[in-house]
Amino acid sequence: MNGRDTLRKMRPVFVFALIGVIFMFTAPYVLQLFTIINLTTAIALAVLALSLALVWGFGGILCFGQVAFFGLGAYAYTIAAINFGGSTWAILVAIMVASAFAALLGYFVFFGRVSDVYLGVITLTVTLIFFSLIRRTSGPEYTIGKALMGGFNGITSPPLNLPWDAGSFLFPEHVFYVAMAALILCYVFCGWLVTTHFGRVCVGIRENELRAELLGYDSRLYKLGIFTISAGIAAIGGVLFCNGVGRITPDVFNLYNAALTIIWVIVGGRGTLIGPIVATFGLFYLTSALGGQSLFNNNLVLGIILIFFVLLVPKGLAPTVTDWFTRRRKPRRAAGRRRRAARRTGATEA
Amino acid sequence: MSSKRHRRDVIVETRSLSMHFGGVRAVDQVDFTLFDKELRCLIGPNGAGKSTFFKCLTGQLHPTAGNVLIQRQDTTGAEPHEIAGLGVGIKTQVPNVFDGLSVDENIWLSARRWHKPKRARALTAETIERLRLGDIRRETVGRLAHGQRQWVELGMVVAADPWLVLLDEPAAGMTHEETARTAELIREINTEAALIVVEHDMQFIRMISSQVTLFHEGRILMEDTMEAISNDKRAREVYLGHRA
Repeated sequence: MNGRDTLRKMRPVFVFALIGVIFMFTAPYVLQLFTIINLTTAIALAVLALSLALVWGFGGILCFGQVAFFGLGAYAYTIAAINFGGSTWAILVAIMVASAFAALLGYFVFFGRVSDVYLGVITLTVTLIFFSLIRRTSGPEYTIGKALMGGFNGITSPPLNLPWDAGSFLFPEHVFYVAMAALILCYVFCGWLVTTHFGRVCVGIRENELRAELLGYDSRLYKLGIFTISAGIAAIGGVLFCNGVGRITPDVFNLYNAALTIIWVIVGGRGTLIGPIVATFGLFYLTSALGGQSLFNNNLVLGIILIFFVLLVPKGLAPTVTDWFTRRRKPRRAAGRRRRAARRTGATEA
Repeated sequence: MSSKRHRRDVIVETRSLSMHFGGVRAVDQVDFTLFDKELRCLIGPNGAGKSTFFKCLTGQLHPTAGNVLIQRQDTTGAEPHEIAGLGVGIKTQVPNVFDGLSVDENIWLSARRWHKPKRARALTAETIERLRLGDIRRETVGRLAHGQRQWVELGMVVAADPWLVLLDEPAAGMTHEETARTAELIREINTEAALIVVEHDMQFIRMISSQVTLFHEGRILMEDTMEAISNDKRAREVYLGHRA
Protein backbone atom coordinates (compact mmCIF):
# COMPACT_ATOMS: atom_id res chain seq x y z
CA MET A 1 0.00 0.00 0.00
CA ASN A 2 1.41 3.39 -0.91
CA GLY A 3 1.26 6.62 1.08
CA ARG A 4 -1.79 8.01 -0.66
CA ASP A 5 -3.79 4.84 0.01
CA THR A 6 -2.83 4.99 3.67
CA LEU A 7 -3.97 8.60 3.92
CA ARG A 8 -7.25 7.80 2.20
CA LYS A 9 -7.92 4.89 4.55
CA MET A 10 -7.01 7.01 7.54
CA ARG A 11 -9.31 9.88 6.64
CA PRO A 12 -11.97 9.01 9.26
CA VAL A 13 -9.19 8.71 11.85
CA PHE A 14 -8.00 12.22 11.07
CA VAL A 15 -11.55 13.56 11.21
CA PHE A 16 -12.09 12.15 14.70
CA ALA A 17 -8.62 13.30 15.77
CA LEU A 18 -9.49 16.82 14.62
CA ILE A 19 -12.72 16.76 16.62
CA GLY A 20 -10.60 15.66 19.57
CA VAL A 21 -8.17 18.55 19.08
CA ILE A 22 -11.01 21.07 18.93
CA PHE A 23 -12.51 19.58 22.08
CA MET A 24 -9.11 19.69 23.76
CA PHE A 25 -8.69 23.42 23.21
CA THR A 26 -12.26 24.51 23.89
CA ALA A 27 -13.20 22.35 26.88
CA PRO A 28 -11.07 24.19 29.50
CA TYR A 29 -12.75 27.48 28.55
CA VAL A 30 -16.27 26.12 28.61
CA LEU A 31 -16.24 23.58 31.42
CA GLN A 32 -15.57 23.96 35.12
CA LEU A 33 -12.31 22.80 36.65
CA PHE A 34 -14.06 19.99 38.53
CA THR A 35 -15.45 18.63 35.26
CA ILE A 36 -12.03 18.93 33.61
CA ILE A 37 -10.39 16.90 36.39
CA ASN A 38 -13.13 14.31 36.04
CA LEU A 39 -12.66 14.28 32.29
CA THR A 40 -8.96 13.48 32.71
CA THR A 41 -9.94 10.24 34.44
CA ALA A 42 -12.41 9.45 31.67
CA ILE A 43 -9.71 10.09 29.06
CA ALA A 44 -7.36 7.71 30.87
CA LEU A 45 -10.04 5.02 30.78
CA ALA A 46 -10.66 5.78 27.09
CA VAL A 47 -6.98 5.04 26.38
CA LEU A 48 -7.47 1.72 28.19
CA ALA A 49 -10.55 1.00 26.07
CA LEU A 50 -8.57 1.90 22.94
CA SER A 51 -5.86 -0.60 23.83
CA LEU A 52 -8.42 -3.37 24.22
CA ALA A 53 -10.15 -2.26 21.01
CA LEU A 54 -6.82 -2.81 19.25
CA VAL A 55 -5.90 -6.20 20.69
CA TRP A 56 -9.42 -7.65 20.74
CA GLY A 57 -11.10 -5.88 17.85
CA PHE A 58 -8.19 -6.13 15.42
CA GLY A 59 -5.93 -8.82 16.88
CA GLY A 60 -8.84 -11.08 17.81
CA ILE A 61 -7.28 -11.71 21.19
CA LEU A 62 -9.84 -11.52 23.99
CA CYS A 63 -7.68 -10.19 26.78
CA PHE A 64 -9.85 -10.20 29.87
CA GLY A 65 -7.10 -8.61 31.90
CA GLN A 66 -6.28 -5.46 30.00
CA VAL A 67 -6.53 -3.61 33.34
CA ALA A 68 -3.50 -5.60 34.50
CA PHE A 69 -1.28 -3.64 32.10
CA PHE A 70 -3.17 -0.44 32.91
CA GLY A 71 -2.63 -0.94 36.66
CA LEU A 72 0.91 -2.14 36.18
CA GLY A 73 1.64 1.04 34.21
CA ALA A 74 0.10 3.18 36.92
CA TYR A 75 2.05 1.43 39.69
CA ALA A 76 5.30 1.46 37.73
CA TYR A 77 4.87 5.17 37.02
CA THR A 78 4.11 6.03 40.63
CA ILE A 79 6.96 3.98 42.10
CA ALA A 80 9.44 5.21 39.49
CA ALA A 81 8.38 8.85 39.87
CA ILE A 82 8.79 8.68 43.65
CA ASN A 83 12.24 7.11 43.29
CA PHE A 84 13.49 9.29 40.44
CA GLY A 85 11.94 12.45 41.87
CA GLY A 86 10.42 13.34 38.51
CA SER A 87 7.93 12.00 35.99
CA THR A 88 9.89 12.15 32.71
CA TRP A 89 11.59 8.77 32.90
CA ALA A 90 8.81 7.33 35.02
CA ILE A 91 6.43 7.47 32.04
CA LEU A 92 8.90 5.51 29.96
CA VAL A 93 9.43 3.01 32.76
CA ALA A 94 5.66 2.52 33.03
CA ILE A 95 5.33 1.71 29.33
CA MET A 96 8.39 -0.55 29.40
CA VAL A 97 7.29 -2.51 32.46
CA ALA A 98 3.80 -3.17 31.13
CA SER A 99 5.05 -4.09 27.64
CA ALA A 100 7.79 -6.33 28.97
CA PHE A 101 5.36 -8.13 31.25
CA ALA A 102 2.92 -8.55 28.35
CA ALA A 103 5.72 -9.85 26.14
CA LEU A 104 6.69 -12.42 28.76
CA LEU A 105 3.12 -13.54 29.44
CA GLY A 106 2.33 -13.48 25.73
CA TYR A 107 5.36 -15.59 24.92
CA PHE A 108 4.13 -18.46 27.07
CA VAL A 109 0.53 -18.09 26.01
CA PHE A 110 1.00 -17.73 22.24
CA PHE A 111 3.99 -19.98 21.76
CA GLY A 112 2.35 -22.53 24.04
CA ARG A 113 -0.64 -22.39 21.65
CA VAL A 114 -3.10 -21.71 24.44
CA SER A 115 -6.61 -21.53 22.98
CA ASP A 116 -8.67 -18.33 22.91
CA VAL A 117 -10.93 -19.14 25.85
CA TYR A 118 -8.03 -20.05 28.11
CA LEU A 119 -6.26 -16.87 27.13
CA GLY A 120 -9.18 -14.92 28.58
CA VAL A 121 -9.07 -17.02 31.72
CA ILE A 122 -5.30 -16.67 32.12
CA THR A 123 -5.24 -12.90 31.64
CA LEU A 124 -8.11 -12.46 34.10
CA THR A 125 -6.40 -14.71 36.63
CA VAL A 126 -3.16 -12.76 36.32
CA THR A 127 -5.10 -9.55 36.98
CA LEU A 128 -6.72 -10.99 40.09
CA ILE A 129 -3.35 -12.26 41.32
CA PHE A 130 -2.04 -8.70 41.11
CA PHE A 131 -5.11 -7.55 43.03
CA SER A 132 -4.57 -10.00 45.92
CA LEU A 133 -0.82 -9.58 45.92
CA ILE A 134 -0.72 -5.79 46.10
CA ARG A 135 -3.57 -5.67 48.64
CA ARG A 136 -1.37 -7.58 51.05
CA THR A 137 1.51 -5.12 50.87
CA SER A 138 0.33 -2.94 53.76
CA GLY A 139 3.04 -2.38 56.32
CA PRO A 140 6.31 -0.48 56.47
CA GLU A 141 8.35 -3.48 55.26
CA TYR A 142 6.83 -3.39 51.76
CA THR A 143 8.77 -0.72 49.93
CA ILE A 144 10.30 -0.46 46.48
CA GLY A 145 13.14 2.04 46.82
CA LYS A 146 11.63 5.07 48.48
CA ALA A 147 8.06 4.14 47.61
CA LEU A 148 5.85 2.59 50.28
CA MET A 149 3.41 0.13 48.65
CA GLY A 150 0.60 0.94 51.08
CA GLY A 151 -1.53 -2.22 50.62
CA PHE A 152 -5.19 -1.54 49.82
CA ASN A 153 -4.74 2.19 50.52
CA GLY A 154 -2.42 2.43 47.55
CA ILE A 155 0.19 5.09 46.87
CA THR A 156 -0.17 8.80 46.24
CA SER A 157 1.03 9.42 42.69
CA PRO A 158 3.40 12.33 42.09
CA PRO A 159 1.90 14.65 39.48
CA LEU A 160 3.39 15.00 36.03
CA ASN A 161 6.05 17.67 35.60
CA LEU A 162 7.56 19.42 32.62
CA PRO A 163 10.12 17.19 30.85
CA TRP A 164 13.42 17.13 32.75
CA ASP A 165 12.25 19.80 35.18
CA ALA A 166 11.02 17.97 38.27
CA GLY A 167 10.25 21.26 40.06
CA SER A 168 7.52 22.50 37.75
CA PHE A 169 4.44 20.37 38.32
CA LEU A 170 1.56 20.51 35.91
CA PHE A 171 -1.76 21.86 37.16
CA PRO A 172 -4.90 19.77 36.66
CA GLU A 173 -5.94 21.72 33.56
CA HIS A 174 -2.53 21.09 32.05
CA VAL A 175 -2.77 17.41 32.87
CA PHE A 176 -6.03 17.50 30.93
CA TYR A 177 -4.18 18.79 27.86
CA VAL A 178 -1.54 16.10 28.23
CA ALA A 179 -4.18 13.40 28.63
CA MET A 180 -6.20 14.55 25.65
CA ALA A 181 -3.08 14.85 23.49
CA ALA A 182 -1.99 11.36 24.55
CA LEU A 183 -5.41 9.92 23.70
CA ILE A 184 -5.38 11.57 20.26
CA LEU A 185 -1.82 10.41 19.54
CA CYS A 186 -2.56 6.85 20.68
CA TYR A 187 -5.72 6.86 18.56
CA VAL A 188 -3.91 8.08 15.43
CA PHE A 189 -1.11 5.58 16.11
CA CYS A 190 -3.59 2.67 16.36
CA GLY A 191 -5.45 3.95 13.29
CA TRP A 192 -2.18 3.96 11.38
CA LEU A 193 -1.04 0.59 12.75
CA VAL A 194 -4.10 -1.23 11.40
CA THR A 195 -3.39 0.04 7.88
CA THR A 196 0.19 -1.26 7.89
CA HIS A 197 1.22 -4.69 6.64
CA PHE A 198 1.60 -5.78 10.27
CA GLY A 199 -1.89 -4.58 11.18
CA ARG A 200 -3.50 -6.19 8.15
CA VAL A 201 -1.84 -9.50 8.90
CA CYS A 202 -3.14 -9.29 12.48
CA VAL A 203 -6.66 -8.82 11.11
CA GLY A 204 -6.05 -11.78 8.80
CA ILE A 205 -5.03 -13.92 11.77
CA ARG A 206 -8.18 -12.82 13.58
CA GLU A 207 -10.21 -13.99 10.59
CA ASN A 208 -8.42 -17.29 10.04
CA GLU A 209 -5.26 -18.22 11.86
CA LEU A 210 -4.59 -21.41 9.89
CA ARG A 211 -4.84 -19.60 6.57
CA ALA A 212 -2.41 -16.94 7.76
CA GLU A 213 0.05 -19.68 8.70
CA LEU A 214 -0.43 -21.48 5.40
CA LEU A 215 0.47 -18.21 3.69
CA GLY A 216 3.71 -18.24 5.65
CA TYR A 217 2.96 -15.81 8.48
CA ASP A 218 4.07 -16.91 11.94
CA SER A 219 0.85 -16.06 13.75
CA ARG A 220 2.45 -16.44 17.17
CA LEU A 221 4.85 -13.56 16.50
CA TYR A 222 2.14 -11.26 15.20
CA LYS A 223 -0.13 -11.99 18.16
CA LEU A 224 2.74 -11.38 20.55
CA GLY A 225 3.48 -8.12 18.77
CA ILE A 226 -0.02 -6.66 18.93
CA PHE A 227 -0.47 -7.93 22.50
CA THR A 228 2.71 -6.16 23.62
CA ILE A 229 1.86 -2.92 21.81
CA SER A 230 -1.62 -2.82 23.29
CA ALA A 231 -0.17 -3.37 26.78
CA GLY A 232 2.08 -0.37 26.25
CA ILE A 233 -0.92 1.76 25.29
CA ALA A 234 -2.84 0.51 28.32
CA ALA A 235 0.12 1.61 30.46
CA ILE A 236 -0.11 5.13 29.04
CA GLY A 237 -3.74 5.09 30.16
CA GLY A 238 -2.58 3.94 33.59
CA VAL A 239 -0.14 6.85 33.89
CA LEU A 240 -2.91 9.32 33.02
CA PHE A 241 -5.31 7.60 35.39
CA CYS A 242 -3.16 7.88 38.49
CA ASN A 243 -2.51 11.51 37.57
CA GLY A 244 -6.21 12.22 37.21
CA VAL A 245 -7.17 10.52 40.45
CA GLY A 246 -4.02 11.47 42.34
CA ARG A 247 -3.36 7.99 43.69
CA ILE A 248 -3.29 4.36 42.65
CA THR A 249 -4.87 1.54 44.63
CA PRO A 250 -5.04 -2.22 44.03
CA ASP A 251 -8.72 -1.77 43.14
CA VAL A 252 -7.72 -1.10 39.50
CA PHE A 253 -7.01 -4.83 39.30
CA ASN A 254 -10.41 -5.98 40.55
CA LEU A 255 -12.96 -8.01 38.65
CA TYR A 256 -15.34 -5.08 38.25
CA ASN A 257 -12.80 -3.00 36.32
CA ALA A 258 -11.65 -5.96 34.24
CA ALA A 259 -15.24 -6.60 33.16
CA LEU A 260 -15.99 -2.92 32.62
CA THR A 261 -13.23 -2.66 30.00
CA ILE A 262 -14.81 -5.50 28.05
CA ILE A 263 -18.21 -3.77 28.28
CA TRP A 264 -16.84 -0.54 26.79
CA VAL A 265 -15.55 -2.42 23.76
CA ILE A 266 -18.74 -4.45 23.35
CA VAL A 267 -20.91 -1.32 23.55
CA GLY A 268 -18.59 0.72 21.33
CA GLY A 269 -18.18 -2.03 18.77
CA ARG A 270 -15.45 -4.56 18.07
CA GLY A 271 -13.35 -3.86 15.01
CA THR A 272 -13.47 -0.10 15.46
CA LEU A 273 -11.22 2.20 17.46
CA ILE A 274 -13.45 5.23 17.91
CA GLY A 275 -16.46 3.23 19.14
CA PRO A 276 -14.94 2.01 22.41
CA ILE A 277 -13.51 5.49 23.10
CA VAL A 278 -16.94 7.10 22.70
CA ALA A 279 -18.58 4.31 24.70
CA THR A 280 -16.13 4.86 27.56
CA PHE A 281 -16.96 8.56 27.78
CA GLY A 282 -20.68 7.82 27.54
CA LEU A 283 -20.72 5.12 30.20
CA PHE A 284 -18.35 7.09 32.44
CA TYR A 285 -20.75 10.03 32.48
CA LEU A 286 -23.74 7.80 32.86
CA THR A 287 -22.22 6.17 35.95
CA SER A 288 -21.28 9.60 37.35
CA ALA A 289 -24.83 10.82 36.79
CA LEU A 290 -26.30 7.69 38.34
CA GLY A 291 -23.98 8.13 41.32
CA GLY A 292 -25.80 11.37 42.09
CA GLN A 293 -29.14 9.67 42.66
CA SER A 294 -30.28 6.75 44.74
CA LEU A 295 -33.38 5.57 42.89
CA PHE A 296 -31.62 2.99 40.70
CA ASN A 297 -28.67 0.82 41.51
CA ASN A 298 -25.70 1.79 39.39
CA ASN A 299 -24.65 -1.74 38.46
CA LEU A 300 -28.21 -2.72 37.62
CA VAL A 301 -28.35 0.00 34.96
CA LEU A 302 -24.94 -0.98 33.58
CA GLY A 303 -26.09 -4.60 33.42
CA ILE A 304 -29.25 -3.65 31.56
CA ILE A 305 -27.22 -1.60 29.06
CA LEU A 306 -24.88 -4.53 28.46
CA ILE A 307 -27.76 -6.96 27.93
CA PHE A 308 -29.44 -4.44 25.63
CA PHE A 309 -26.34 -4.17 23.48
CA VAL A 310 -25.53 -7.87 23.40
CA LEU A 311 -29.09 -8.76 22.36
CA LEU A 312 -30.16 -5.83 20.20
CA VAL A 313 -26.99 -4.08 19.00
CA PRO A 314 -24.56 -7.01 18.90
CA LYS A 315 -22.13 -5.24 16.59
CA GLY A 316 -21.86 -2.28 18.95
CA LEU A 317 -22.36 1.43 18.52
CA ALA A 318 -19.86 2.47 15.85
CA PRO A 319 -20.42 -0.35 13.31
CA THR A 320 -24.20 -0.01 13.64
CA VAL A 321 -24.05 3.74 12.97
CA THR A 322 -21.70 3.18 10.00
CA ASP A 323 -24.01 0.50 8.56
CA TRP A 324 -26.98 2.82 8.94
CA PHE A 325 -25.22 5.59 7.04
CA THR A 326 -24.00 3.38 4.21
CA ARG A 327 -27.49 1.90 3.84
CA ARG A 328 -28.91 5.38 3.53
CA ARG A 329 -26.24 6.53 1.12
CA LYS A 330 -26.23 3.52 -1.16
CA PRO A 331 -29.68 3.93 -2.76
CA ARG A 332 -28.88 7.56 -3.44
CA ARG A 333 -25.61 6.64 -5.13
CA ALA A 334 -27.31 3.99 -7.21
CA ALA A 335 -30.00 6.50 -8.19
CA GLY A 336 -27.27 8.94 -9.21
CA ARG A 337 -25.67 6.26 -11.37
CA ARG A 338 -28.96 5.48 -13.03
CA ARG A 339 -29.55 9.15 -13.69
CA ARG A 340 -26.09 9.59 -15.21
CA ALA A 341 -26.56 6.48 -17.33
CA ALA A 342 -29.93 7.73 -18.50
CA ARG A 343 -28.39 11.04 -19.45
CA ARG A 344 -25.68 9.27 -21.44
CA THR A 345 -28.09 7.09 -23.38
CA GLY A 346 -30.33 10.11 -23.88
CA ALA A 347 -27.41 11.98 -25.38
CA THR A 348 -26.60 9.21 -27.83
CA GLU A 349 -30.22 8.98 -28.90
CA ALA A 350 -30.34 12.71 -29.47
CA MET B 1 15.89 -21.09 -6.79
CA SER B 2 14.00 -22.62 -9.69
CA SER B 3 16.93 -22.42 -12.09
CA LYS B 4 18.81 -24.97 -10.04
CA ARG B 5 16.09 -27.58 -10.29
CA HIS B 6 15.68 -30.01 -13.14
CA ARG B 7 12.71 -31.95 -14.31
CA ARG B 8 13.75 -35.25 -12.79
CA ASP B 9 14.80 -33.82 -9.43
CA VAL B 10 12.98 -35.30 -6.47
CA ILE B 11 11.33 -32.38 -4.67
CA VAL B 12 9.09 -34.17 -2.19
CA GLU B 13 10.04 -37.39 -0.50
CA THR B 14 8.63 -39.24 2.48
CA ARG B 15 10.52 -42.09 4.15
CA SER B 16 8.37 -44.63 5.99
CA LEU B 17 6.06 -41.84 7.09
CA SER B 18 3.57 -42.93 9.76
CA MET B 19 0.80 -41.13 11.58
CA HIS B 20 -1.00 -42.97 14.35
CA PHE B 21 -4.03 -41.76 16.27
CA GLY B 22 -4.10 -43.98 19.33
CA GLY B 23 -4.33 -47.45 17.85
CA VAL B 24 -5.40 -46.30 14.41
CA ARG B 25 -2.68 -46.26 11.78
CA ALA B 26 -4.02 -43.52 9.53
CA VAL B 27 -0.78 -43.41 7.56
CA ASP B 28 1.44 -46.46 7.76
CA GLN B 29 5.06 -46.42 6.55
CA VAL B 30 4.50 -44.53 3.34
CA ASP B 31 7.40 -44.02 0.92
CA PHE B 32 6.46 -41.41 -1.61
CA THR B 33 8.37 -39.36 -4.16
CA LEU B 34 7.38 -36.45 -6.34
CA PHE B 35 9.51 -35.07 -9.16
CA ASP B 36 9.80 -31.45 -10.16
CA LYS B 37 6.98 -30.09 -12.36
CA GLU B 38 5.02 -33.27 -11.76
CA LEU B 39 1.25 -33.31 -11.30
CA ARG B 40 0.14 -36.07 -8.96
CA CYS B 41 -3.28 -37.00 -7.67
CA LEU B 42 -3.83 -38.84 -4.42
CA ILE B 43 -6.98 -40.93 -4.41
CA GLY B 44 -8.47 -43.58 -2.19
CA PRO B 45 -11.67 -44.45 -0.34
CA ASN B 46 -12.70 -42.53 2.77
CA GLY B 47 -10.31 -43.20 5.61
CA ALA B 48 -7.53 -44.35 3.28
CA GLY B 49 -5.21 -41.81 4.88
CA LYS B 50 -4.71 -39.43 1.99
CA SER B 51 -5.86 -36.33 3.86
CA THR B 52 -3.80 -37.29 6.91
CA PHE B 53 -0.81 -37.81 4.63
CA PHE B 54 -1.49 -34.39 3.11
CA LYS B 55 -1.62 -32.77 6.55
CA CYS B 56 1.74 -34.34 7.43
CA LEU B 57 3.23 -32.72 4.33
CA THR B 58 1.79 -29.28 5.17
CA GLY B 59 2.78 -29.29 8.83
CA GLN B 60 -0.80 -29.30 10.11
CA LEU B 61 -0.04 -32.68 11.69
CA HIS B 62 3.28 -33.83 13.07
CA PRO B 63 3.94 -37.42 12.02
CA THR B 64 4.42 -40.19 14.57
CA ALA B 65 7.41 -41.66 12.73
CA GLY B 66 9.34 -41.33 9.49
CA ASN B 67 10.54 -38.28 7.60
CA VAL B 68 9.28 -35.70 5.15
CA LEU B 69 11.81 -34.06 2.85
CA ILE B 70 10.97 -31.09 0.70
CA GLN B 71 13.81 -30.25 -1.68
CA ARG B 72 16.12 -32.46 0.37
CA GLN B 73 15.38 -30.43 3.49
CA ASP B 74 13.97 -32.38 6.40
CA THR B 75 10.64 -30.74 7.22
CA THR B 76 9.34 -33.42 9.58
CA GLY B 77 7.47 -31.68 12.37
CA ALA B 78 7.86 -28.20 10.85
CA GLU B 79 5.12 -25.61 11.42
CA PRO B 80 2.81 -24.70 8.49
CA HIS B 81 4.34 -21.23 8.15
CA GLU B 82 7.79 -22.79 7.82
CA ILE B 83 6.59 -25.11 5.04
CA ALA B 84 4.95 -22.16 3.31
CA GLY B 85 8.24 -20.32 3.75
CA LEU B 86 9.94 -22.81 1.42
CA GLY B 87 7.70 -21.61 -1.39
CA VAL B 88 4.92 -24.15 -1.01
CA GLY B 89 1.33 -23.09 -1.71
CA ILE B 90 -1.32 -24.95 0.27
CA LYS B 91 -5.10 -25.22 -0.11
CA THR B 92 -6.99 -27.10 2.57
CA GLN B 93 -10.05 -29.30 2.24
CA VAL B 94 -12.49 -26.95 3.99
CA PRO B 95 -11.96 -23.54 2.38
CA ASN B 96 -9.66 -21.59 4.68
CA VAL B 97 -10.10 -17.96 3.69
CA PHE B 98 -10.29 -14.66 5.52
CA ASP B 99 -14.10 -14.51 5.63
CA GLY B 100 -14.46 -10.99 6.99
CA LEU B 101 -12.12 -9.40 4.43
CA SER B 102 -12.51 -8.46 0.78
CA VAL B 103 -11.31 -10.67 -2.07
CA ASP B 104 -8.64 -8.06 -2.80
CA GLU B 105 -7.34 -8.09 0.77
CA ASN B 106 -7.27 -11.92 0.82
CA ILE B 107 -5.11 -12.11 -2.27
CA TRP B 108 -2.95 -9.16 -1.23
CA LEU B 109 -2.11 -10.74 2.12
CA SER B 110 -0.74 -13.71 0.23
CA ALA B 111 1.18 -11.72 -2.38
CA ARG B 112 2.62 -9.32 0.18
CA ARG B 113 4.10 -12.14 2.28
CA TRP B 114 6.97 -12.72 -0.13
CA HIS B 115 7.06 -9.59 -2.24
CA LYS B 116 7.70 -5.86 -1.86
CA PRO B 117 4.61 -3.58 -1.77
CA LYS B 118 4.75 -2.59 -5.43
CA ARG B 119 5.23 -6.14 -6.76
CA ALA B 120 2.56 -7.38 -4.31
CA ARG B 121 0.01 -4.95 -5.73
CA ALA B 122 0.85 -6.01 -9.27
CA LEU B 123 0.64 -9.71 -8.35
CA THR B 124 -2.73 -9.14 -6.68
CA ALA B 125 -4.15 -7.48 -9.77
CA GLU B 126 -2.65 -10.19 -11.99
CA THR B 127 -4.08 -13.00 -9.88
CA ILE B 128 -7.53 -11.45 -9.73
CA GLU B 129 -7.58 -11.23 -13.49
CA ARG B 130 -6.23 -14.75 -13.93
CA LEU B 131 -8.92 -16.24 -11.71
CA ARG B 132 -11.62 -13.97 -13.15
CA LEU B 133 -12.48 -12.54 -9.75
CA GLY B 134 -12.62 -8.94 -11.05
CA ASP B 135 -16.39 -8.52 -10.59
CA ILE B 136 -16.31 -9.56 -6.97
CA ARG B 137 -12.96 -8.16 -5.87
CA ARG B 138 -14.49 -5.73 -3.37
CA GLU B 139 -16.98 -8.22 -1.93
CA THR B 140 -16.55 -9.74 1.50
CA VAL B 141 -15.40 -13.32 1.00
CA GLY B 142 -17.77 -14.69 3.65
CA ARG B 143 -20.75 -13.64 1.52
CA LEU B 144 -19.58 -15.44 -1.62
CA ALA B 145 -20.82 -18.76 -2.94
CA HIS B 146 -18.87 -21.89 -2.07
CA GLY B 147 -17.22 -22.25 -5.47
CA GLN B 148 -16.10 -18.64 -5.47
CA ARG B 149 -14.56 -19.00 -2.04
CA GLN B 150 -12.66 -22.03 -3.29
CA TRP B 151 -11.27 -19.88 -6.08
CA VAL B 152 -10.33 -17.10 -3.70
CA GLU B 153 -8.32 -19.68 -1.81
CA LEU B 154 -6.75 -20.93 -5.04
CA GLY B 155 -6.00 -17.29 -5.84
CA MET B 156 -4.15 -16.97 -2.56
CA VAL B 157 -2.11 -20.04 -3.43
CA VAL B 158 -1.28 -18.73 -6.89
CA ALA B 159 -0.53 -15.16 -5.77
CA ALA B 160 2.41 -16.32 -3.66
CA ASP B 161 4.03 -17.64 -6.85
CA PRO B 162 4.88 -21.08 -5.38
CA TRP B 163 7.01 -23.80 -7.00
CA LEU B 164 5.13 -26.57 -5.22
CA VAL B 165 1.37 -26.57 -4.76
CA LEU B 166 -0.57 -28.87 -2.43
CA LEU B 167 -4.35 -28.95 -2.97
CA ASP B 168 -6.82 -30.89 -0.83
CA GLU B 169 -10.04 -31.51 -2.79
CA PRO B 170 -9.99 -28.33 -4.87
CA ALA B 171 -13.15 -29.25 -6.76
CA ALA B 172 -15.27 -30.27 -3.76
CA GLY B 173 -18.76 -28.83 -3.93
CA MET B 174 -18.24 -27.17 -7.30
CA THR B 175 -20.65 -27.19 -10.23
CA HIS B 176 -19.62 -28.97 -13.42
CA GLU B 177 -18.48 -25.76 -15.12
CA GLU B 178 -16.56 -24.62 -12.07
CA THR B 179 -14.86 -28.01 -11.90
CA ALA B 180 -13.80 -27.73 -15.54
CA ARG B 181 -12.43 -24.26 -14.94
CA THR B 182 -10.53 -25.47 -11.88
CA ALA B 183 -9.01 -28.34 -13.89
CA GLU B 184 -7.89 -25.84 -16.51
CA LEU B 185 -6.36 -23.68 -13.81
CA ILE B 186 -4.49 -26.62 -12.31
CA ARG B 187 -2.95 -27.48 -15.67
CA GLU B 188 -1.97 -23.82 -15.97
CA ILE B 189 -0.30 -23.84 -12.55
CA ASN B 190 1.46 -27.06 -13.54
CA THR B 191 3.42 -25.30 -16.28
CA GLU B 192 5.42 -23.58 -13.55
CA ALA B 193 4.97 -25.67 -10.43
CA ALA B 194 4.66 -29.23 -9.23
CA LEU B 195 1.34 -30.22 -7.71
CA ILE B 196 -0.08 -32.78 -5.34
CA VAL B 197 -3.86 -32.94 -5.52
CA VAL B 198 -6.00 -34.96 -3.16
CA GLU B 199 -9.26 -35.67 -4.95
CA HIS B 200 -12.40 -37.80 -4.84
CA ASP B 201 -13.88 -36.84 -8.16
CA MET B 202 -12.80 -39.35 -10.86
CA GLN B 203 -14.15 -37.15 -13.61
CA PHE B 204 -11.96 -34.33 -12.38
CA ILE B 205 -8.84 -36.51 -12.27
CA ARG B 206 -9.45 -37.61 -15.84
CA MET B 207 -9.75 -33.93 -16.78
CA ILE B 208 -6.34 -33.08 -15.41
CA SER B 209 -4.95 -36.44 -16.61
CA SER B 210 -2.18 -36.98 -14.14
CA GLN B 211 -0.21 -39.72 -12.53
CA VAL B 212 -2.26 -41.17 -9.68
CA THR B 213 -1.28 -42.59 -6.30
CA LEU B 214 -3.93 -44.86 -4.79
CA PHE B 215 -4.09 -45.01 -1.00
CA HIS B 216 -5.68 -47.88 0.87
CA GLU B 217 -5.71 -48.42 4.62
CA GLY B 218 -2.90 -45.97 5.22
CA ARG B 219 -0.58 -47.42 2.60
CA ILE B 220 0.11 -46.81 -1.07
CA LEU B 221 -1.61 -49.57 -3.02
CA MET B 222 -0.41 -48.57 -6.45
CA GLU B 223 0.92 -45.72 -8.50
CA ASP B 224 0.01 -45.38 -12.17
CA THR B 225 -2.08 -43.51 -14.72
CA MET B 226 -5.83 -43.19 -14.16
CA GLU B 227 -6.50 -45.61 -17.06
CA ALA B 228 -4.29 -48.29 -15.63
CA ILE B 229 -5.83 -47.91 -12.20
CA SER B 230 -9.38 -48.06 -13.57
CA ASN B 231 -8.47 -51.32 -15.27
CA ASP B 232 -6.72 -52.84 -12.30
CA LYS B 233 -8.72 -55.47 -10.45
CA ARG B 234 -7.35 -54.78 -7.00
CA ALA B 235 -7.89 -51.04 -7.36
CA ARG B 236 -11.48 -51.58 -8.44
CA GLU B 237 -12.11 -53.79 -5.46
CA VAL B 238 -10.92 -51.28 -2.87
CA TYR B 239 -12.22 -48.15 -4.43
CA LEU B 240 -13.75 -47.96 -7.84
CA GLY B 241 -15.84 -51.01 -7.12
CA HIS B 242 -18.02 -48.91 -4.85
CA ARG B 243 -19.06 -46.75 -7.72
CA ALA B 244 -18.92 -48.94 -10.80
